[in-house]
Amino acid sequence: MSAGVSAWLPFARAAAIGWMPVANLPMPVAPAENCGGQHHHRKDELVVLNVSGRRFQTWRQTLERYPDTLLGSSEKEFFYDEASREYFFDRDPDVFRSVLNFYRTGKLHYPRYECICSYEDELAFFGIIPEIIGDCCYEEYKDRKRENAERLQDDLDDENKDKAKPPNMTSRESMWRAFENPHTSTMALVFYYVTGFFIAISVLTNVVETMPCGAAPHHKEVSCGDRYTVAFFCMDTACVLLFTVEYLARLFAAPCRVRFARSVMSVIDVVAILPYYIGLVMTDNEDVSGAFVTLRVFRVFRIFKFSRHSQGLRILGYTLKSCASELGFLLFSLTMAIIIFATVMFYAEKGSTSSKFTSIPASFWYTIVTMTTLGYGDMVPKTIAGKIFGSICSLSGVLVISLPVPVIVSNFSRIYHQNQRADKRRAQKMQKARLSRLRMSKTGSSSAFLHSKRNGLFTEALELTTCIEQEQRKDTSLLESQHHHLLHCLEKTTNHEFVDERCYQQSFLDNSSLTRGGYVSSSRSPSPCSQEGVAGTCCGTRDHAPLSNAKGVAAPPPPTYVLHHPPHHHHPTHRPTVREYVTVYL
Amino acid sequence: MKAKNRDQSLSDSRELDGSYDQLTDSVEDDFELSTVCHRPESMDKLQEQTKFTKKELQVLYRGFKNECPSGVVNEENFKTIYSQFFPQGDSSMYAHFLFEAFDTDKNGSVSFEDFVFGLSIILRGTINDRLNWAFNLYDLNKDGCITKEEMLDIMKSIYDMMGKYTYPNMQDDAPREHVESFFQKMDRNKDGVVTIEEFIESCQKDENIMQSMALFDNVI
Repeated sequence: MSAGVSAWLPFARAAAIGWMPVANLPMPVAPAENCGGQHHHRKDELVVLNVSGRRFQTWRQTLERYPDTLLGSSEKEFFYDEASREYFFDRDPDVFRSVLNFYRTGKLHYPRYECICSYEDELAFFGIIPEIIGDCCYEEYKDRKRENAERLQDDLDDENKDKAKPPNMTSRESMWRAFENPHTSTMALVFYYVTGFFIAISVLTNVVETMPCGAAPHHKEVSCGDRYTVAFFCMDTACVLLFTVEYLARLFAAPCRVRFARSVMSVIDVVAILPYYIGLVMTDNEDVSGAFVTLRVFRVFRIFKFSRHSQGLRILGYTLKSCASELGFLLFSLTMAIIIFATVMFYAEKGSTSSKFTSIPASFWYTIVTMTTLGYGDMVPKTIAGKIFGSICSLSGVLVISLPVPVIVSNFSRIYHQNQRADKRRAQKMQKARLSRLRMSKTGSSSAFLHSKRNGLFTEALELTTCIEQEQRKDTSLLESQHHHLLHCLEKTTNHEFVDERCYQQSFLDNSSLTRGGYVSSSRSPSPCSQEGVAGTCCGTRDHAPLSNAKGVAAPPPPTYVLHHPPHHHHPTHRPTVREYVTVYL
Repeated sequence: MKAKNRDQSLSDSRELDGSYDQLTDSVEDDFELSTVCHRPESMDKLQEQTKFTKKELQVLYRGFKNECPSGVVNEENFKTIYSQFFPQGDSSMYAHFLFEAFDTDKNGSVSFEDFVFGLSIILRGTINDRLNWAFNLYDLNKDGCITKEEMLDIMKSIYDMMGKYTYPNMQDDAPREHVESFFQKMDRNKDGVVTIEEFIESCQKDENIMQSMALFDNVI
C-alpha cells in the first residue's frame, strides 16, 4: 500500500458499506483506536523536525506512512527534545530534503549534485533502502554507485601492490609475487630487466638474420643468418633457454596452474619458444622444410612478451578487445562496400582491352587500395564509367573508414582513465534484480496481512483481546490494522479466506487427493493454513505426514490427523497445549 | 559534454522511434493532460451540507488533493487508488460501481464535494441513510429495484476482489449461490426484484447487518 493512498483508507473502509447487506456472517471487530490513552497524538498534528538547525514541519500522519523507517516508527522518540518539543537530528539538512519528500510523495529521488556516499549514509541512518529510488533517478544513482565501487576497487588494488610482504609466505608464493610485481625485491627487478633485454636481443637477431651480409667473392649475396649460422644459433638457443626457464618458473609459482596456462600471456610464451623445439626435433627433411620456415615466423611473437613490461600495450590490447563490436562493424561495412564497388568496377571495365580487372576478386585489390586512399596505381580504370565509379569509390572510402574510428579512440581514452568498466549486461542484470525486489515489496503488503491474520486468529482463540494485547500489537501501525480489518471484512462477506500461493496449491492438491481417497474430515478446521504458526512455514510442513493419510488407506481418526500439526507449531510466547488446539478448531 | 550527448541521443532516438510527430514537436502519449483544475466550495458551506467537522474536512481534503492534484478524480484514477488496498484481487469492477454511486451528477468525474457528500452519508448518516446509499449502489440502472442480474454483477465484483488464492478454492457459481441466498432473505413477495422498502425492512430485521452498519461510526 503506497503512502499517498493511506489517506484514502477511510474512504476504502466507507466503501465497504456495499458488502454489509450482502454478507451472511458477522463482521469482525474494528481495531480500537486511542486505547490506553498514551497515543493521544493519533490525531493529526504538526511535527517539527530540526535537522542541524533547519526546521522541517510535516504532519505526523505523513511520517507514519512508512512504519519501518526511523521517522515512521517509535525510533524517532529517541531524538525527541522535550525542552523545544521537536525532534532533533544531527544530520545533513540538504539530503534530508530528499528523505522528507519521500514521505510526502512516496517517491525517492536522488539529487545529482549529491555525493553518493553521503546520500547512502543518510538513507541508511533513516532506515530507507535505496532500491526504491524512482525510475527517473535510478540510472544516475546506479552509475554513480558503480563509479564509486570502481574507485574503491582501484584503491584496494593499489594498496595491495604496495603492501609489505606478509611473513610466512612459502617460496612458491614469494616467487609468484616476484613475477607479478617486479618492484617488490631487487632480485625480481633484475630478472625483469634481464628478460626484457633478452626479448629485445631475440627480436633483433630475428631481424638481422635476414639482412644481406656481404658476399664472398664469386658467390651470390647471402643473408647474415646463413653466413654466421653458428653464432645466430647460439644466440637463439640462449634466448629460448631463458624463456623456457621463465615459463616453467611461472608455471610452478602460479597459484592456479590451469588458469595460468589458459591466460593470454602464457600462450604467447609457449608460441614464442615452441618453434625452436620443433625445429630441433625435426630433421633436415626436404618436405617439411617449407613448413619449418613458416614456423620461424612465429618467433616474431616474442615481441608480444613486451606487453608484460608495458602498461600502455596492455591497455591497447584491452581496447581492441572491448571495441570488438565497433571493429566488427567497420569490417562488415568495408566488406559490403568492397564487394559492391568491385562488382561495379569489374563490369564497368569489362569492355576495355587489356584491362587488369580480370575478375571480381581481382577488382577487390583495386577497391581496397582506393578506399583506403592508398592508390598504388598498379590497377587503374580506363573507361569513363570506370573512372566515375572509381572516384565515387575513393570518396565513400574516406567516409566509411572514418566513421568508426572516433569511437575506438574514445574507447581507448575511456579505458585509459579507468581500468575496469562494468559491462552493460551486468547493469541489466542489476535492473532485473531491482524489479524483482520491487515486486517482492508489493506482495509484501498482502503477505503482511496473512502474517497478521495468523497472529490474530491465535490470540483471538485464547480470548486475550484486551487493550494490553492490542497495545503489544501496536507495532503494526494503526493504519495497517485498519487495512487488515478491511480485508477481514471482505473475507467474511464472501465466506472465503485469503491465502498465499503455496497454501493455495497445497489445498488444491489436498482436495483432489482427498476426494480420491474418499475421506473428508468434517471436524477439520476451516483454515488449516492458519494453524501452522507464526513462522512462515505454512504448507511446507503439510507435505510430510498428512498426504499419506489421504491416499485411500483406511482413514485414521480425525484427532491424529490434526495432531500432526503440533510439532511444527512454534508460537513465540508459549508452548501450545492440546486444549488450545481444540479451542482453535471449534 | 556528456549531458549534451545525452540530449542529442534523446532527440535522435525519438526520430528513429517513429512515434515522434515532427510537425507539432509532441510525443504521442497515452494519457491526456487534464487542464481541469477544480476548486471545492468553501469549507463553511461544506460544513453546513455535510456532518463533518472542520478538522475532518481538512484531513479528507489533504488526502484527496494529494492523490488528485487537479481537484477531480476520473474513473481510471479512482480504480487505481482503490486497487492499492486489494493487492490480491481485481477490484476494478467494484470500483466502477462505487464511482457510479459517488458521481451523483453523472459528469464522469468525482469532485471533492461528491466525495465528501458520499462519505458524509456513509460515515455520519443514520442507519436508514446508509441503507439507502447501499441500495443506490446496488441499483445499477437506478430504477428503484434490484434485479437478480444487477445483484449478480455486484456479487461477482466483490468476489473478484478476493483474487485467485483463497481458501476454500473459489467455485465459479459462488456468486450466483450467494445471490440466491440474498434474494431468499430480502425478496419478501418473491417477485424476483428487491425494492427499497423490502431491502430496508429485511436489513432492519437482520442483527448482523445492523451491527455491521454501526461499524462505520468511528471510521474517521
